[in-house]
Amino acid sequence: MDVPNIGRSARRKEGRAKVTGQALYVDDISPAGVLYGVTVRSPVARGRIKGIRFDPAIPWDDYTIVTAADIPGVNRVKLITDDQPYLASDVVNHAEEPILLIAHRDRAAAEQARHQVTIDIEPFPAVSTIDDALSAREIIWGTDNLFKSYQVNKGDVESALGDATIVVEGEYETGAQEQLYIEPNGMLAVADPNHGVAVWGSMQCPYYIHTALAALFGLPADKIRVVQMETGGGFGGKEEYPSIIAGHAALLAWKSGRPVKMIYGRAEDMAATTKRHPSRTTHRTAVGRDGRLQAMDIDFVIDGGAYCTLSPVVLSRGTIHAAGPYNCPNVRVRGRAVATNVPPHGAFRGFGAPQSIFALERHMDKVAAAVGLAPDEFRRRNFIQTGDTLSVGQTIREPVNMSALLDRALALSGYSAKRQQFARDNGSGPLRKGIGLATFMHGAGFTGSGEVHLSSIVVVEGTAEGTIRVLTSSTEIGQGTNTIFAQIAADALGIDCDDVEVAQPDTAEVPNSGPTVASRTCMVVGRLVESAALGVQHALIDAGYLPVMHSRAEFRRGCQRYVQAFGSLRATSKYEAPPGLRWDDEQYRGDAYGTYAWAAYVAEVTVDLTTWQTSVDDFVAVQEVGKVVNPILATGQIEGGVAQGIGWALYEDVIWREGRMANGQMTNYIMPSSMDLPSIRVYFEEVPYPHGPAGAKGIGELPMDGAAPAIFNAVAHATGANPDALPLTPEQLMRLMETPVA
Amino acid sequence: MPDSPQARLTCVVNGRRLMFDAHPMARLLDVLRNDGRLTGTKEGCGEGECGACSVILNGELVNSCLTPAAHADGGVITTIEGVAGEESLNVVQEAFLECGGAQCGICTPGMVLAAIDLLSRVPNPTEEEIRAALSGNLCRCTGYMRIFASVLEACKRSPDLNRP
Amino acid sequence: MALPLDSYSFATPATLEEALSILGADRSARPFAGGTDLMVLLEAGHLPPGRFVNLWGLPGLRGIHALEDAVAIGALTTYTDLRGSHVIARQYPMLVHAAAETGGVATQNRGTIGGNIANASPAADTPPTLLAYDAELELQSLSGTRRVPYHRFHTGYKKMELAPGEIIRRILLPRRGDGWRDHYRKVGTRRAQAISKVCLAGSIRTEEGIVREVRIAFGSVAPVVLRCAAAEKALTGRSLNPSVIADAQAALATDIAPIDDLRSTARYRLRVAQNLLAEFLNGAKTPG
Repeated sequence: MDVPNIGRSARRKEGRAKVTGQALYVDDISPAGVLYGVTVRSPVARGRIKGIRFDPAIPWDDYTIVTAADIPGVNRVKLITDDQPYLASDVVNHAEEPILLIAHRDRAAAEQARHQVTIDIEPFPAVSTIDDALSAREIIWGTDNLFKSYQVNKGDVESALGDATIVVEGEYETGAQEQLYIEPNGMLAVADPNHGVAVWGSMQCPYYIHTALAALFGLPADKIRVVQMETGGGFGGKEEYPSIIAGHAALLAWKSGRPVKMIYGRAEDMAATTKRHPSRTTHRTAVGRDGRLQAMDIDFVIDGGAYCTLSPVVLSRGTIHAAGPYNCPNVRVRGRAVATNVPPHGAFRGFGAPQSIFALERHMDKVAAAVGLAPDEFRRRNFIQTGDTLSVGQTIREPVNMSALLDRALALSGYSAKRQQFARDNGSGPLRKGIGLATFMHGAGFTGSGEVHLSSIVVVEGTAEGTIRVLTSSTEIGQGTNTIFAQIAADALGIDCDDVEVAQPDTAEVPNSGPTVASRTCMVVGRLVESAALGVQHALIDAGYLPVMHSRAEFRRGCQRYVQAFGSLRATSKYEAPPGLRWDDEQYRGDAYGTYAWAAYVAEVTVDLTTWQTSVDDFVAVQEVGKVVNPILATGQIEGGVAQGIGWALYEDVIWREGRMANGQMTNYIMPSSMDLPSIRVYFEEVPYPHGPAGAKGIGELPMDGAAPAIFNAVAHATGANPDALPLTPEQLMRLMETPVA
Repeated sequence: MPDSPQARLTCVVNGRRLMFDAHPMARLLDVLRNDGRLTGTKEGCGEGECGACSVILNGELVNSCLTPAAHADGGVITTIEGVAGEESLNVVQEAFLECGGAQCGICTPGMVLAAIDLLSRVPNPTEEEIRAALSGNLCRCTGYMRIFASVLEACKRSPDLNRP
Repeated sequence: MALPLDSYSFATPATLEEALSILGADRSARPFAGGTDLMVLLEAGHLPPGRFVNLWGLPGLRGIHALEDAVAIGALTTYTDLRGSHVIARQYPMLVHAAAETGGVATQNRGTIGGNIANASPAADTPPTLLAYDAELELQSLSGTRRVPYHRFHTGYKKMELAPGEIIRRILLPRRGDGWRDHYRKVGTRRAQAISKVCLAGSIRTEEGIVREVRIAFGSVAPVVLRCAAAEKALTGRSLNPSVIADAQAALATDIAPIDDLRSTARYRLRVAQNLLAEFLNGAKTPG
């Protein structure tokens, strides 16, 4: 092996299929006799179903109809709390809640029929805001509308606040965000009581669906099969939601005896599926005249929508990240996830951290101003160092140098000179320029003992042809899973990427490597790929089929001969927690993550006071990520995440009317086009993490955390306004700047 | 000529004659995917916003989800399946592979066609011109940077692009 | 969400005369141009059932021709055609500017100026420029041809001065003298592929600092695209100083009736319209 595969921009494994249009997404396959399924949904936010009326003009005998009564197993989506029905039968708790399923062999006929069913609902009062939920005037979930709460305590915040001379308060809000993968949700199912259930579709987590379907149908695991098709984007929106559309397609297949394909239209996907949790964060911060943080009192609330889904985990991550990369002796974080009568919110890249980090980084600029320090200088005086302890009790043992990252970002962006220049030049003419920063970290992998509970498994096998197959349930959704796994396996074995195939995730064949979420795919699962590959190598060497130092050709021959001799060549690797990690689930304290990626982002903006529009003119993203496995793929992840962060900050506004998204069209929900984004300049540093493959940390979600607060800080710098609610649409900025400040 | 509920329509797709019966107002997107069995052209929104359904019709980039079958009658169409050469990929496709222009791939067919369309009109576009020409193709994964790089790379690699 | 396709019939006449015959005989039949508006409505389930008459590809409806005292644009001229026209670029540059901001390349290849006018959206991007350029529409039916000044064409929200059996045949832009200064700005939800929140097309002719003639046309701030008569009156015959500009901004508030909707707010539209007006007029202060 001349040049290692890790560290070079190996070409995307499935790239050729994608650029030639040959990659198969679920709607590209239509088995003979397939029926098309559609969902009839609640028109109101909350109420009791009084009746279902079918328009007699439709020949309903030609259709398959499924209601809750048809569910063979348990009518609950198996996830965390199991509170969400697949099909509502008695009460509905959100607009768009599924009630009935219809299938027909003609897609248009199925679509038509959907509108010929009337659901009569007696409405109940609906809870629509965080405050409504917290007031508990109307209880819509559990005993108090609270899905989950956490409390993190470090030191003694009350005393510190009591003694403080300077206390800075702030309240920050973020709105929902639609994942807007360009391929909508879709599933194809075949099912019958004899053979079981099989689904193919767009997804991130085959085994989540597997578990959910087993419970829905009351079938054992070996009667359920889940296969991932090429997936056109996920970003978390296809983490837990696909269990529902898979279950629906499968129920129709079960009842009809035919394959059923269910593909959501864009409007339906936007209105009915999960979005990023809206949030409200309150900060009270005590700071000394020397600019050192003395106490941080943080209240973090997220709106989970009508059912629990993943809200406890989103809350957990948001709570742990709420106090950021700062060393503060006294920290209290109260986290709460509340229920409201809107379609349940769910996973979206960042998963709670973008929300709490947005609030924190806006607030840090305010605290800096209160003590007369520039935003960067204030942060330098407070950055965490190796040996310091985070709010949740994790001592940072790895090398970390936030000051150096920040300095590099400032140099690359020309921050200091521009800050002065803009202050000088602003004032003549309608354009106001500003530059702002955000410093943050993102924990990679599942929180606390999560990875241990997942107990992920990877299998690597040698084939009769002398090539390697990697078997994992980790999915390629555009981020580069297939390619980096091939690179990792190739380096472990001393062969080339082209010698490695990553198997299509099919639960009939691949083990459960855990979900494709939480920035864990490279760091955690990639590490398992590495060790399973080494396992294969050891087997070959131990059996005398391969010398320790070998060429690519020697590997191929050795593998061929071994398989010929023994029939198969497989190695299995199972997750083991890195030594020394300690987490207490009860106390909610300890080592929250194996490692963190650290970052400093800078955004330069122009605000046009003629229209109050903000354009981002330049963006610098500097991050320390352990090891860059594939530069083009890693850069693509950062660029894409920053783009989504820019969208979240300035453009993406979910408009709620009567508990549903009113702007569920791509013409009215605005994601950035190619004309709306600046050059996103990406720079990496590498401090190897000993437990990641070649030292790599997770990076998929990191970029989502920094863009919005950097932009808001830049707008504040440009205009002198105090934007604290996201998205900062031009209408909002106008209102902010025209409202006299008390 | 009387109205017909279904029309017998003929067009040339990727160099081959395709004859189909369709309602004149059926979407060209559906004709290509269903009658033509060419699933490379994708539906992302059904409202002409995302460009995932882009094809080249009579030399022009169009959104096939908004093009009625009747307007494709007698037309010459290129879809993503038709841009590669006999022996090799189109230089734009190669550049996308080299520069990371595709992540999840769902916008890629439309994006590649939009890039090919641009380069057939403007052989050496500036980055501004690339941004404007691709503004009708939305990408959620990349932030567009790798796509711009791919288009610029395609220009560098060949001044004489395979015109569809 | 779409209605079944057999709710619609689609006639494909070979000539314009044949198209006019069908439209003349069947009052419910509607013309179908490039389809970029109608197909969106169809897909969303908002296209009422009925009969459509295809105009796309009919000879005589597409193209830009210089006449003696005007430039004539065929109704089926696309945005791409407009962007590529030297005549339009030279004499009516705002039309090129607006065409370039209408959707992306794919939309511009299939969207037509006539279709855009007939769709009668108050948020359309090119109609304000047509108002600023004193456009005249040539309407044709079996009975013959007539002309309507464009500023009288839109009579209310989605209501047009278009008789049954009539189509828009051509758009005529009269030649202007010298001394005009144009200003076009569309404020959308993003820089491309955006529906406008406010759209200004302004043209002004001053002599020695005095406003001789002015056209102020807005989109997205009223049920129709419109000329702002009060604002124009507040300017005509006066010099462009800050006090006069402020008067025009105040008068503008009486011309327009912006609303709150999914994309923006009434207050934002009003304030931005006033700002755009000032931007236009301040730019015109310096001799152009």
